[in-house]
Amino acid sequence: MSQETAEAPAPLTKKDFVTANEVRWCPGCGDYAILNAIQKTFPDLGIPKENFVVISGIGCSSRFPYYMETFGFHTIHGRAPSVATGVKVANPDLSVWMITGDGDGLSIGGNHLLHILRRNLNINILLFNNQVYGLTKGQYSPTSSVGMKTKSTPMGSFDHPVNPIQFALGAEATFVARTVDTNPKHMVETFKAAQAHQGTSFVEIFQNCVIFNKDVWEGIYGRDSRDEQILYLEEGKPLLFGKEKDKGIRLNGIKSEIVKIGENGITEDDIIVHDTAHDNPLYAALLSQLLHPEFPTPLGVLRSIERDVYEDCLEGQIQAAKESKGEGDLQATLSGAGSWKVE
Amino acid sequence: MNPAALKVNLPELVSGGLLVVNTEAFKKANLAKAGYETNPLDDEALEKEYNLVKINITELTKEALAESPLKPSDKTRCKNFFALGFTYWVYSRPLDPTVEFLDKKWGKRLPDLANANIKALKAGYYLGETTEIAQNRYQVSKAETRPGTYRKINGNDALVYGLVSGTQSANKDLLFSGYPITPASSILEGLASMKHFGVKTVQAEDEIAAIGVALGASFTGSLGVTATSGPGMCLKSEFMGLAAITELPMVICDIQRGGPSTGLPTKTEQGDLLMSYYGKHGELPIPIIASTSPSQCFFAAREAVRIALEFNCPVILLSELYLAIGSEPWCTPDISSLPEIKPNVIEPGEEYVPYKRDPQTLARKLAFPGMKGYEHRIGGLEKDESGSVSYDPLNHEHMTQIRADKVKAIANTLPPTEVHGNKTGKLLVLGWGGTDGAITSAVNRMQAEGFEVSSVVLKHLNPLPNDLEDILSGFEKILIPELNHGQLRFLIQAKYLRDTIGYNKVQGRPFTVNELLQKIQEVL
Repeated sequence: MSQETAEAPAPLTKKDFVTANEVRWCPGCGDYAILNAIQKTFPDLGIPKENFVVISGIGCSSRFPYYMETFGFHTIHGRAPSVATGVKVANPDLSVWMITGDGDGLSIGGNHLLHILRRNLNINILLFNNQVYGLTKGQYSPTSSVGMKTKSTPMGSFDHPVNPIQFALGAEATFVARTVDTNPKHMVETFKAAQAHQGTSFVEIFQNCVIFNKDVWEGIYGRDSRDEQILYLEEGKPLLFGKEKDKGIRLNGIKSEIVKIGENGITEDDIIVHDTAHDNPLYAALLSQLLHPEFPTPLGVLRSIERDVYEDCLEGQIQAAKESKGEGDLQATLSGAGSWKVE
Repeated sequence: MNPAALKVNLPELVSGGLLVVNTEAFKKANLAKAGYETNPLDDEALEKEYNLVKINITELTKEALAESPLKPSDKTRCKNFFALGFTYWVYSRPLDPTVEFLDKKWGKRLPDLANANIKALKAGYYLGETTEIAQNRYQVSKAETRPGTYRKINGNDALVYGLVSGTQSANKDLLFSGYPITPASSILEGLASMKHFGVKTVQAEDEIAAIGVALGASFTGSLGVTATSGPGMCLKSEFMGLAAITELPMVICDIQRGGPSTGLPTKTEQGDLLMSYYGKHGELPIPIIASTSPSQCFFAAREAVRIALEFNCPVILLSELYLAIGSEPWCTPDISSLPEIKPNVIEPGEEYVPYKRDPQTLARKLAFPGMKGYEHRIGGLEKDESGSVSYDPLNHEHMTQIRADKVKAIANTLPPTEVHGNKTGKLLVLGWGGTDGAITSAVNRMQAEGFEVSSVVLKHLNPLPNDLEDILSGFEKILIPELNHGQLRFLIQAKYLRDTIGYNKVQGRPFTVNELLQKIQEVL
């Protein structure tokens, strides 16, 4: 009798996800930190390495697949959601990660992003937002602020920017989160939550382009501002921020306002309690409207709800069709209703 | 015929042909609408030129339906079936199939309507029988048919079955993604109703996404297929570039319609051949095949699947609106006897070099997500054999050449080109795709009259068959009829440096046999 026993596969480590390719982003680019966080996240997800697929469009962020030792597809500008859809529908067992940027995802690919979010495929989308076109060397992007001077807006941009979180909420995404390239721990936590969610997970990542839009997020996550300018969201916890966690967000009518605990009789009970599955989708919209610099910027999971997953519905219909009609038989179909015989 | 129909269709009637008119319709208002200043029925020339039969179809229909409970206006509408009944008498055709059809369509829901139309149909037939109003009757003998199981099939249905059959022969899952567009939408609809075959369909948000979904599926190990018409082809062309450089299998069906732009969306044309050849960025040859009849769409789809999977490349399948919605009887094939299709995929345990090639087909081998140990990256950037991004100038030239050579190598797998008639002679009529029926009929008639005319109708447009140059050299003249301004002619002249004669029609309508006969006679 054979004594063979299946050898348990060695647990995956970060190293298993690093390719031999030399990473070619600019020195100091925020992408390095995001790559590092992803490579740290993947081994902990309990997914076989061969089941990861990383798909991107075009842009600096979209070089990502070349640096991940997984299956990868660097596609064309803006169209990664469609390729990712084909991959996931063809094989629902795969863990699909789509990497995009503010130009790729919200400008040329805005339409596809809308539709993948509403369809709710079980895919993770990471949108690196640096408010500028980096690969094409410094034109303004759809998330650039009004007034931003770039090579294509020498007198300042007058395009009203799109708010990625609001866009995702508008498309009724079932999971919407935000993290930052300067906080590896928060990134890993957020990516794990995205993978755990059944449905399309949309994660906006504030990313620093050191060449064309240096320090664009410094006012939010810089050493001197982060305590007052970041609101870390925690499920079931009140929206508190500040060095002493003594400030909070209170609802006044349909407006949010900053209040200080202990002042004017304010207690923690007056502060909105974070609920990612809030019955009213306007709650997450309210969070998306906490805009810098008037408000602290919320980081973490803004919304996470359950809804039918696209590829599961498709598989379900295929099973139902097979059960009701029997496994398809082409010969029988051709010689069935409407046919006649010639002897 | 009413005045408008007479004006449009009379040029197509041969001299001495039977012309049936509804006299009731030749009133002042109708004549004016059709642009007749005088009543053409009063012109003796008409009676001399044709076998003119005048019937007051409207009045006779009303009389026949005197006892029907339908409203008078509805009774008048039954006149088309009266005319059809008369036509059946002229051609000695049985009434039963049409009676059954009417019964099935309205018998339960609107029995009065069904009965009235059946009555009108019969009245028209009996009119012919009792009055012998037309001097000639025509006997169309039963087409010589081989034994088998037949069904009526249109081009898009045949294409749907062909895609399913092809992927079954290749043991591949089929994932189709499309965006609704006339006249391709029924392919999406047809495949969506074949879920019990395991077919997956995705109705995408636009034409670009549709081909992207298909490509993602092919990357994952299914065969991705998309279908569209001309304007959609333009939108998909960037993705065709990605499919070609990543060397993934895919079938792109273009059901051609009158263009450019929205053009004549419900009319036929062969306008997309040169776009299929050249309408892309970079040096990017793509195999192109064309269907020649509604039922041939089945085999054209299988051939597209074969080339895509054996050579690992996108394939354009050209059909035409006229084929897509046109029906013909089809002797259905024995599915089990259809040849196997062998996808070029990595063998288990084989060391993987993503762009290493099969020496015969020059195809790279594919490995799919989920296959342990085969993790690799592909993408739009040029790669070297190992699959790494390469900016090496000589590598780019080498890869460009090999992508072209791979398409050329497909020609080695094609059967000899069928020549209809002798392999040498005075004139070769060379066509492609859906003009096959009209070309073959016209050439048959010329051959029957002893003329040295043969024809070839191409199914493979890229690569062109290896034996085509020899075939062309066997004829003194070459006539190329096309429903465009000479796109195949341009390719043939450029490739073989042969002078040819073009015959071109861009009216949204197919060639008639008469038009081709006249042109052939003129050329001879």
